[in-house]
Amino acid sequence: MRHTISVLVENKFGVLSRISGLFSGRGYNIESLSVGETIDPNVSVMTIVTTGDDWIVEQITKQLNKLIDVIKVVDMTELDHVEREMVLIKVAPRQEDKAEVLRLAEIFRGRVVDSSPKTYTIEITGDEKKIAAIVELLRPMGIKEFVRTGKIAIAREGIKKP
Amino acid sequence: MKISGSEILLESLKREGVRHMFGYPGGVVLNIFDLLHDEKEIQLILTRHEQGAVHAADGYARATGRAGVALVTSGPGATNTVTGIATAAMDSIPLVVISGQVPTMLIGNDAFQEADIVGITRPCTKYNFLVKDVNDLARTIKEAFHIANTGRPGPVLIDLPKDVTTSKAEFHWPETVKIRSYNPTYEGNKYMITQAAHMIAKAKKPLIIAGGGVISSGAAKELTELAEITQVPVTMTMMGLGGFPGTHKLSLGMLGMHGTYYANRAVQDADLLIAIGMRFDDRVTGKIDAFAPHAKIIHIDIDPTSIRKNVRVDIPIVGDVNRVLTVMNKVIREEVKEPWEEVRKAWAKQIAVWKKERPMTYDREADIIKPQYVVEKIFELTKGDAIIATEVGQNQMWAAQFYQYDKPRTWLSSGGLGTMGYGFPAAIGAQLAFPNKLVIDIAGDGSIQMNIQELATAVINKLPVKVAILNNRFLGMVRQWQELFYQERYSHTKLDESVPDFVKIAEAYNAVGLRATKKSEVVPVLKEAFSIKRPVFMDFIIDWQEKVYPMVPAGAAIDNMLFAEEKKKPEKKLRAVK
Ligand SMILES: Cc1ncc(C[n+]2csc(CCOP(=O)(O)OP(=O)(O)O)c2C)c(N)n1
Ligand SMILES: [Mg+2]
Repeated sequence: MRHTISVLVENKFGVLSRISGLFSGRGYNIESLSVGETIDPNVSVMTIVTTGDDWIVEQITKQLNKLIDVIKVVDMTELDHVEREMVLIKVAPRQEDKAEVLRLAEIFRGRVVDSSPKTYTIEITGDEKKIAAIVELLRPMGIKEFVRTGKIAIAREGIKKP
Repeated sequence: MKISGSEILLESLKREGVRHMFGYPGGVVLNIFDLLHDEKEIQLILTRHEQGAVHAADGYARATGRAGVALVTSGPGATNTVTGIATAAMDSIPLVVISGQVPTMLIGNDAFQEADIVGITRPCTKYNFLVKDVNDLARTIKEAFHIANTGRPGPVLIDLPKDVTTSKAEFHWPETVKIRSYNPTYEGNKYMITQAAHMIAKAKKPLIIAGGGVISSGAAKELTELAEITQVPVTMTMMGLGGFPGTHKLSLGMLGMHGTYYANRAVQDADLLIAIGMRFDDRVTGKIDAFAPHAKIIHIDIDPTSIRKNVRVDIPIVGDVNRVLTVMNKVIREEVKEPWEEVRKAWAKQIAVWKKERPMTYDREADIIKPQYVVEKIFELTKGDAIIATEVGQNQMWAAQFYQYDKPRTWLSSGGLGTMGYGFPAAIGAQLAFPNKLVIDIAGDGSIQMNIQELATAVINKLPVKVAILNNRFLGMVRQWQELFYQERYSHTKLDESVPDFVKIAEAYNAVGLRATKKSEVVPVLKEAFSIKRPVFMDFIIDWQEKVYPMVPAGAAIDNMLFAEEKKKPEKKLRAVK
């Protein structure tokens, strides 16, 4: 099963490498990883999407907790939470598809952030499903480049999943 | 008053109570070594290889319980420490390794003797530091010792650029450390402990498996108390030897791949395992799906990742073994009163049957020197009052099987990593800590050659370490596998006439060399060696065909053991008993 794990770490040199080294050294998978400072500049938050059965995910969270620089580990999958990811998609549609590309961007509340005579670059933010959907729809129009931030997640306040 | 980074380093080490360290000089640590020239309170033992320095620090740590310290130069000096650090990491041994580094300005420039030792050792240290500012140095050292010694202990490396050793700063020694992201759990959950106590009372066939955690948390006494009150038999992992008296009537000796028949049978038959400070390594469990099929498992360990890593657990207790057992013993004494002897009668009887069925044995009638005979005689002559280090291979297993370790910190052996070349420098480290104790490295002819240069260290520092080489002219343990599983194709394991004359080597280093080629010479050689107050190499020319039994083939269930055939020609006929 897929898990989104949020890891609060000391914002120190080498921490990212300790975490990625843990995953590679123990053969855990990382589907995506995003890192950024929190409001406290001494603390960063890493959002890691990984897959594994319960036993592996239990080991992953324990192993993360064991790292000296890790302050807190939360498996978001166990909580009610909000997830978002942003993607930038550069599409090079045929002339006759251009209008459809713009229409799709609008339906998905995307924004065109750059355009050239042959391409549009669209910015889309959403959860996994939404991003998968727009990609599927744009694919036949000719995706030239595609970059994504990796998922970030935050717990909803006050409600725990039963 | 401002002092240099080198002075801060030494002052900090003193505040940490460091009196000895092991090391090797080089360009970037010249300033530190220059101070050591006049240093009175801290003695640096110059080894002949950085690997030797780290193993010596490790042996010092295992024998004393205090973190061992090593100091080396950058580049090759630092990379030479890696095997030693990984050895300590696998066995949870507290070390602080200080490596010099090129000046901060040059880091990342492929400077002369630059190695990214922080990157290299990241996966094999508990933590590591690069100190970029001399103002951080004292606190870093305090944190390094704190991390190495607390929780599940382990090695910590501090990389110290040359300019940091010369820059000046005020010396501020932090009396305490608080690392917000590092808070090991010491107290076990009381409810779980109580549940566990009741489970022990209910069990018909309980068995304690004691690991290295018993030794690192100083819980040998508490463990003995638990076993004695509840009359539960105890088996030990290799790392746990000495954590419970090997001569105790409740002891079943070691379990696992080369464990005793009765320990492995007991595991497979038990209805409750009480696993204490151990981590269910594959050398212990054998085939995991077939491990302890009838047992519920109580698992006590300070490291949460050890729990439910390899085996299912019914009652997990995260905490320091000593504190958990102290509470557990109290609960048992106050709440769970049972006529223990009576309750355990049937189980004790069953174990006695197994002990009788297949005791630990070997061909005692043979004329040729059997390695087990040498180890048994070492035990008899020392009465168990020695510190035994080992190399790796058959020698290590015989040392584990045929010497009874009654006290913690008297058995120094590389368990997790299985590092050949560990024992001799480790013995030197232990001898430095205990100058008046008899310290013996039980060695193989292959392994001893991996750090044989440390004989110079032993001689010059008057550390009278004894090395008992069980000389089979083979990389014996590998040969054993080749014999059993590779149709006797001894690919690259036959050392034969390439084995040097260890007596002459000893003499060349100005140590003492003794040899026994006949069984009748074994005891006289041992007695002579033990009476000499200098380092001694004892070369025991043993039966090259001797194998370590019982043996659980890799991947088999642990009660699927091979035994030496009791008839003549022991080397060919094997029998698997299920
Ligand atoms: C550094 C290292 N290299 C290789 C091995 C693999 N290995 C395990 S036991 C062994 C043979 C050891 O030979 P020796 O020291 O003569 O001991 P014996 O088994 O003959 O008693 C080898 C090569 C190891 N454990 N460590
Ligand atoms: Mg050998």
